[in-house]
Amino acid sequence: MKKNKVFCSILAVLIALSLVLTACGSSAAGPSEDLAPGEVSEVVESGSSSTRTKLSMWYHGAGNEVERNILLSIIDDYNNSQDKYVVEVQDFPQISYNASVVAAALAGNLPDIIDVDGPVMPNWAWAGYLSPLELSDGALDEFLPSTIGMWEGEVYSVGLWEAACAIYARKSVLDQYNIRIPTLEQPWDLEEFDAALETLQASGEFDYALDLGMAWTGEWYPYGFSPFLQSFGGDIVDRSTYTTAEGAMNGPEAIAFGEWWQSLFVRGLVPGTTQDSADRDTGFIEGRYAMMWNGNWAGASALEPYGDDLLILPAPDFGNGSRIGAGSWQFGVSADSQNKEGANEFIEFMMQDKYLVAFSNGINNIPSTPSAAAASELYASGAPFEIFFEYSAAQSTLRPPTPAYLTAALVFEKALADIANGADVVDALDAAADEITADIVANGGYGFDGSVVGPSIQEDEIATGK
Amino acid sequence: MNISLTIKNKRRLSTFVRYGLMIILALIFALPIVFMIVSSFKPHFQLLQDSSSLRAFLPVGDLSVNNYFDAFARAPISLFVFNSVLVTLVTVTLGLLVNSMMGFALASMRWKGKDIMLLVIIATLILPFETIAVPLLMVVSRLPWIGAGGITQGWLNSYHVQIIPFIVDAFSIFLFVQHFKSQPYELIEAARMDGAGWLRIYAQVIVPISGPVFATAAILRGLFMWNQYLWPIMVTQSEQYRPVMVGLGYFYQLSTSNTTGILPWGEVMAYLSIITIPIIVLFLVMQQAFIESIASTGIKG
Amino acid sequence: MAQITKVETRNQMRSSKWPIERNTEAITAWLMASPAMILMILFLIIPFFLAFYFSFTNQRLISPNPTEFLGLQNYKQLLTLKILRLDPIKNESGEPVLDEDGNFTYIRERDITRNPDYPQYAGLQRWNSWDVGKTRFTLLASDVVFMKSLINTLYFAIVIVPGQAGLGLILALLINRRVKGVNVFRTIYFIPVVVSIVVVSILFRFIYDGDNGLLNSALVFITGGAFKPIDWLANTTTAMPAIMLMSAWQAVGIHMIIWLAGLQNIPFTLYEAADIDGANAFQKFLYVTWPGLHNTAVFILVTITIAALGLFTQIHVMTRGGPLDSTSTVIFQAVRKGFDMQNIAYGSTISVVFFILVLSVAIIQRYLTREKSS
Repeated sequence: MKKNKVFCSILAVLIALSLVLTACGSSAAGPSEDLAPGEVSEVVESGSSSTRTKLSMWYHGAGNEVERNILLSIIDDYNNSQDKYVVEVQDFPQISYNASVVAAALAGNLPDIIDVDGPVMPNWAWAGYLSPLELSDGALDEFLPSTIGMWEGEVYSVGLWEAACAIYARKSVLDQYNIRIPTLEQPWDLEEFDAALETLQASGEFDYALDLGMAWTGEWYPYGFSPFLQSFGGDIVDRSTYTTAEGAMNGPEAIAFGEWWQSLFVRGLVPGTTQDSADRDTGFIEGRYAMMWNGNWAGASALEPYGDDLLILPAPDFGNGSRIGAGSWQFGVSADSQNKEGANEFIEFMMQDKYLVAFSNGINNIPSTPSAAAASELYASGAPFEIFFEYSAAQSTLRPPTPAYLTAALVFEKALADIANGADVVDALDAAADEITADIVANGGYGFDGSVVGPSIQEDEIATGK
Repeated sequence: MNISLTIKNKRRLSTFVRYGLMIILALIFALPIVFMIVSSFKPHFQLLQDSSSLRAFLPVGDLSVNNYFDAFARAPISLFVFNSVLVTLVTVTLGLLVNSMMGFALASMRWKGKDIMLLVIIATLILPFETIAVPLLMVVSRLPWIGAGGITQGWLNSYHVQIIPFIVDAFSIFLFVQHFKSQPYELIEAARMDGAGWLRIYAQVIVPISGPVFATAAILRGLFMWNQYLWPIMVTQSEQYRPVMVGLGYFYQLSTSNTTGILPWGEVMAYLSIITIPIIVLFLVMQQAFIESIASTGIKG
Repeated sequence: MAQITKVETRNQMRSSKWPIERNTEAITAWLMASPAMILMILFLIIPFFLAFYFSFTNQRLISPNPTEFLGLQNYKQLLTLKILRLDPIKNESGEPVLDEDGNFTYIRERDITRNPDYPQYAGLQRWNSWDVGKTRFTLLASDVVFMKSLINTLYFAIVIVPGQAGLGLILALLINRRVKGVNVFRTIYFIPVVVSIVVVSILFRFIYDGDNGLLNSALVFITGGAFKPIDWLANTTTAMPAIMLMSAWQAVGIHMIIWLAGLQNIPFTLYEAADIDGANAFQKFLYVTWPGLHNTAVFILVTITIAALGLFTQIHVMTRGGPLDSTSTVIFQAVRKGFDMQNIAYGSTISVVFFILVLSVAIIQRYLTREKSS
């Protein structure tokens, strides 16, 4: 009996406690909960008792100390530079950021300012999460074209940095095996590149001739590898109409790419999908991989052991021009924002050169304007990674700016992984083309009606050498 | 003389074999966790190197608590743990109340619709959460909530969105039904003769002797809530509401924006240990009660 | 004996001696059941019916396009299967053209499925083909990845259900002894259960690593170098078994405990009687233990099956369906299509098909394991 009484009282206490905690939690949530975009809150700044409008902002960098600090200092500067608005930022872990944004959009709960990965922006613009930017005239003049996110002729987002890829190699190694060192004007073509890989692999000095980073599943696959497909003449989606992937993803050029891609793994030239992410991080640096296809962000750690011996080489030209990926994280204004004016003002504030330089120096990415690049540590004239800026200007090929990209990226990633793992090339590409096309059709063409809207990948500026 | 020796040896042999088998199995079950905990004290490169040999389980080399300090610096771990504890505790407690009442009504009372209800509950047992996650999100974003700021629409980004949809649980109800059914009906009979109301019977007759099944339901539900992954990602937006599983993402720095370009495995192990060890300890403390509870809940013949 | 009395008393109470009492009983029952009922309707039943409804539309997660009703189109897209017969390629004189190994050659399926002359095969892809005599039979499917996922899910369930249940029983039998330290073992076997499957998946990635994972190292050590390291998660044959092993490792503890409860509920007197009859250990198990475990076995069977068919988290964290779809499961596809690709309608279609599948399996199991004598 005593045991029962004790038990009953424990249960009662627990129930009471839980009800109290829920009430506390919810009410504590009340005032400090993220206000709906634009709700006025009373924020007492030191000394001032004015009511400022709060601008809420979401950012994808939770857990990354450096980015967070830079962003916070910019926000501080902005908050102190005027007294109409105050910006508050909420960090999200990058790996689940998109899911959180989509869920919030579904619930009608987006903040004023969000950042969005470049190629995803058209989908968010089409779906109605974003509204076009309203920046002052000329604000975007100096910006690299790939840092300006456009959809249906309007600017929806702008990036404070750009990223570029290149082949990392060592001069001593290439010289040793008599491999010509390519330049921006004269990159390797398919035969030369392939021969170089074979030579390096045959030397026995390395585990693998080239590291493509197959360990980085996710957006790296389309970002890092679709430029190869495009350089062969294929594409994720037919860019002339954006209404189908047939012929682009599974045409003769794509098949040629697919077969070459598969051969890399069959011939053992490249570590495959089972590569450890630790090996991706250290393989080239420790000399186990002869060359590495990676972005500018890996430059610092590659520079350290090799110094002057490090080469940063342009992407090969497989027939349709040398190409690298383009478009990184960009900032936009949400469609439901009640404070579009303030949001736009803040974004424009962030676009100042000094902040571009701060980001670049902090996270090693390419600043979006030439003037900022000239002032940065890594991309100024004579600085070690100046060449990345040139590559970005000359070779960057956007992932297809279409709302279909969301699905297409996942399909592309799977196709390339499957082909690397030995799937039938033509079947895998067919399946990918079908899935992407079906998705476009199911969405009413995503706003495209089938008319020609621009050059295909085989007719664009890079291909025609313009 | 000879016969008894053989029997004794036989028994010794079988004990030896039994113990041997149990020890090997124990190693298989315990070693991965030992690996996790031991690795959390090792620096990044040593961790990776050791993971290919026996050293993975041995606390050797350059041991320190640096990973833990770094982990706490990278993410507000205490906040996440607090959130998980809060959400788990409240959901489990309210769930015990709600599910046991339903279980009692189904097991020991007579009412129309009881059979259909039981069928529906069994049907919901089949549904994995992932299949209704998005529709649930749609429902939950349209529900009104009365809070400190008046009536607002949408439950996202709160504690209650992590709690209320999970209070009712078909498996718990099922456990309660099984258990209550196996109680002798005479107890209820006697109470009815004494003129007790049904609610009274539930609270003062049945519940007090059902400690074991309550403990079982609490622990199973608690594990489920603590380890939730998909839902919190979808519904928590402010850091202040995030539970431990969402916090894991903080350590997966995708290299495109990571200056060091390295996945901090040491910190990851530290974080995994932080979110796992308390549960293990809790279990060790409560295990006697828990094991007994499942044993007596029993799926009786 | 006591059981019979219980039933009699119940029946007595059931005779309508107290009609007013029955009313109060019914009302109170509804009251007590109502919180759970309301929560279930709001958060389980409505979402499920929403999903059911979506499966007949083209609902997207978010879209400026209005939702249209599509009828059964999603189901057709998911479940269409057709068989294609191909005859060998022949040259002008009607002789079959042979390849270098002397086998018949056939045109590629895509020459039919992507050929406007054959609209009935449009949109289908090759799943598998078999050569019987001179003819090639190809199974075409509208969603090959889903079909593969279905097979994988069933494969997983068929192995895990007896495997994990059996292992649980063995563990329970092992520790069902009053020997020293048995509680320690019991605890150790149960600990993996309290660890999140996400954490387990991360840890096992290290263990399964192809070059220097712990499993490979252990096997090489035990076989003295005869074993060649296998890339467990990269190999289409070993990936699913690797997932099975990991899932069993994590979950068997719970089933061990449930078996243990069942074992301890078998009256000791039955064993004594068996001893008197001179039964050995094996006979005791067969004739006393196993029959006494019937209800426990049914419970475990049903719960493992349902959990196994719903396999998702490990795949999502460890293999993302690969390599080459060998670890893709039904729920994984539902989440990939429904959430990742924002095609809620199609994801819901998969969910509905899954529900029907599991319900059928559960009903069949129930039927097969019903008590033959009531």
